[in-house]
Amino acid sequence: MSDTGEAPVLLHLDGLTKAYPGVVANDSVSFDIREGEVHALLGENGAGKSTLVKMIYGLVKPDSGTMTLRGQRFEPSEPRAARADGIAMVFQHFSLFDALNVAENIALGMEKPPKMGDLAAKIKEVSEEYGLPLDPHATVGNLSAGERQRVEIIRCLLQDPKLLIMDEPTSVLTPQEVEILFETLRQLSREGTAILYISHKLEEIRSLCDEATVLRLGKVVGSCTPREKSARELAEMMVGEVLHVPERAAKDAGEVVLSVSDLSVDSPNPFGTSLKNVSLEVRAGEILGIGGVAGNGQDELLAAISGEAKTDQGAVTVHGKAVGNLSPNERRKLAILAAPEERLGHAAAPDMSLIENALLTGAVRKDLTKSGFVNWGASREFAREIIKKFDVRTPGSTNAARSLSGGNLQKFVVGREVLQDPDVLVVNQPTWGVDASAAASIRQSLLDLAERGAAIIVISQDLDELMEISDRFAALNEGSLSDARPAVGLTVDEIGLMMGGAHGMEVAHSHPDEHHEGATS
Amino acid sequence: MIRLEKRATPSKQWSLAAPLLAVLLTMIAGGFMFAALGKDPVEAIRLIFWDPILGEFADYFRPQLLVKAGPLILIAIGLSLGFRAGIWNIGAEGQYIMGAIFGAAVGLAFYPAELWIIFPLMVIAGAVGGTLWAMIPAILKTKFNTNEILTSLMLVYIAQEILKSMANGLLKNPEGHGFPGSRNLAHYSASSNPELIAGTGMHWGVVAAFIAVIAAYILLSRHILGFQIRLTGESPRAARFASVRPNLLIVICMGLSGGLAGLAGLFEVTGPAGQITDKFNVGYGFTAIIVAFLGRLNPIGILLAGLLMALTYIGGEMAQLQLSIPAAAIQAFQGMLLFFLLAMDVLTNFRIRFGREAA
Repeated sequence: MSDTGEAPVLLHLDGLTKAYPGVVANDSVSFDIREGEVHALLGENGAGKSTLVKMIYGLVKPDSGTMTLRGQRFEPSEPRAARADGIAMVFQHFSLFDALNVAENIALGMEKPPKMGDLAAKIKEVSEEYGLPLDPHATVGNLSAGERQRVEIIRCLLQDPKLLIMDEPTSVLTPQEVEILFETLRQLSREGTAILYISHKLEEIRSLCDEATVLRLGKVVGSCTPREKSARELAEMMVGEVLHVPERAAKDAGEVVLSVSDLSVDSPNPFGTSLKNVSLEVRAGEILGIGGVAGNGQDELLAAISGEAKTDQGAVTVHGKAVGNLSPNERRKLAILAAPEERLGHAAAPDMSLIENALLTGAVRKDLTKSGFVNWGASREFAREIIKKFDVRTPGSTNAARSLSGGNLQKFVVGREVLQDPDVLVVNQPTWGVDASAAASIRQSLLDLAERGAAIIVISQDLDELMEISDRFAALNEGSLSDARPAVGLTVDEIGLMMGGAHGMEVAHSHPDEHHEGATS
Repeated sequence: MIRLEKRATPSKQWSLAAPLLAVLLTMIAGGFMFAALGKDPVEAIRLIFWDPILGEFADYFRPQLLVKAGPLILIAIGLSLGFRAGIWNIGAEGQYIMGAIFGAAVGLAFYPAELWIIFPLMVIAGAVGGTLWAMIPAILKTKFNTNEILTSLMLVYIAQEILKSMANGLLKNPEGHGFPGSRNLAHYSASSNPELIAGTGMHWGVVAAFIAVIAAYILLSRHILGFQIRLTGESPRAARFASVRPNLLIVICMGLSGGLAGLAGLFEVTGPAGQITDKFNVGYGFTAIIVAFLGRLNPIGILLAGLLMALTYIGGEMAQLQLSIPAAAIQAFQGMLLFFLLAMDVLTNFRIRFGREAA
């Protein structure tokens, strides 16, 4: 790895440009990826990272520019052609069938799958060689997110790729799982496989990558050796401005506002996670951060507090009042508000206007109805207030929710709840897919709200975010919530263990000979 | 290559133009069908769309327009509320029959008394009959999660059998010389639903249809229940987040659509039809589904669509009589209208692009 500077160029990108109606996704992007190098592609959401790798993987054709692979002109017409030339990609969202086992899933992606027995043996061999033990006969539906990712990686490794593209691979992993993955990637790199690593997580890039190319608004704005830069310098390259870090005033903890005790909820969804004996307390003016890998009960916890899922009356109390059996609107009357993760289709109705979406949760507290009739004038005022105070970029309040970009809709959704002056607010993934400056302003608004005495729960998969704004931290793991601990002074290792450690996957690199079977139990 | 591109916001112009374009395309395609049957297409289209309103015998046909459109609009308004919320009541025909039976039974029970209260009581009984019949699929759905499309449809056939039994049994006219069918309610003044303004076809059922159009319009645009109905149809999860109780909404929407269908049945049996017979129902409950979609599930649209559909009914009959076009061809013609409407609907949410995919 140390001598990658000398290694020959594997893939040379020259002036790649791709425009979509209204936006230039990639504007004359050029850089080199050398053999065996771990190359970071760094940029905010919307910087053009995905478009770029889709061009390399043959999913999107560039408008202009050329790619050269080991000196040959490289113009993949489809992913199959790219794979034939040794390009493999692990997507952020997995394409696996829950009901099939690992080997069957892998066979499905192959042009000419070998016999099942041979394939299973091969999977076992490759997976152990790279420290990613997998049981080929395990049903995918029973695997953790980290193990599913292994299936995708093994699927790629079976093709013996020259370039492995990984799109935000760590968003579904605990810190321990990340360490295992990195060990595998370093091994691949030592063996000469180049890795194009897409992320916006700076510490990861600093610890893993040899080179970094920074994209901003579709253009290459810099390249560097990440180890030689601080995370802050990388962030500022990525964002193009000096970052404003949210401020928080020191404060005394108030009285307990929200208390959840021994809450168990069966998930209505067969692939959902049931909550098991969850207990927590949030005090006035406090932010409780809840981490955890996606799908460990986050949606269910939000639903139990928002009122979408009813529970035992006493399982959720606010200001000492049992509210577990109240509907969402009855809870809103008591100033208990929520902002779900899924923006379109849960927090907001995609085809309805922002005015109607303001009414969606604001009807009770903003007094937008009178004996059942909607006061559209007041609803419009409320929508405009959200748009103005939270800097939502939209031509007007009559636009449909789905016409907004993810970040702007997120500002609208969070703003809608914050402006209703909650005593209790639960937000799931407040800044997912939001650019850095908007994320900072959303976090600041949550901190301001806490300062005014609200009890806030922030559920997020972004640990940096949670560490930045939470007073205390807890983690969800398979429907159970760890004890909450003060956020100050928590180490990454401790957080990882609260999130369930490596979900029984740690055997990987430390004891490569040991046999390993299905991990989640 | 032609491809579709999703619009960021549904196009207002196209949502207005699509029904007009659909009518036009129906005329063209229907014209080909009539030509293939060896009939003069221009003549047939003229008979269907022009003569009932402005032709030689229009004075006879014009009142029929409201007589036919009234029940279609009344039923379609009820259905549209459920359809908006994704609740598919396909059994309005059965609810229409049950409304007629309930209402007629109340009227016949009072025969031959002459009290002003009889007709209002019949109206209430008609609404109750339709509502109760609709409650069966509603409760099956909320309690056992059955598919309301199937159950409401199957209940139509049961209602038809009950109708036959009533016409030949319980409600049979004792002075009817053994013919099936009840006494004629239209001839019995306490229970009759007469033409209110001579020569217009306007009867209480048409009045009720207009009131329903206005009420539905206000409900959907101004009332929180209308908002909840629209929200549920668009995004059930967001609706639950907004505190909508899905089961309650199912009961309300099924009840409203059943009640309005029952009313339509009652007004029909006391007016234009006059009596309960085994052939009392003529498919208004099914045609109303087409009317609801043709009107884009919008109350004003349904008003217009009901009138248009009534026109094709009357004109279709004329074409059958005068050009001896088979009844099946007229039905096919009406089917084309729905087909083209749904096809044109795509244009509201998508735009057509020619050329290669850009992505």
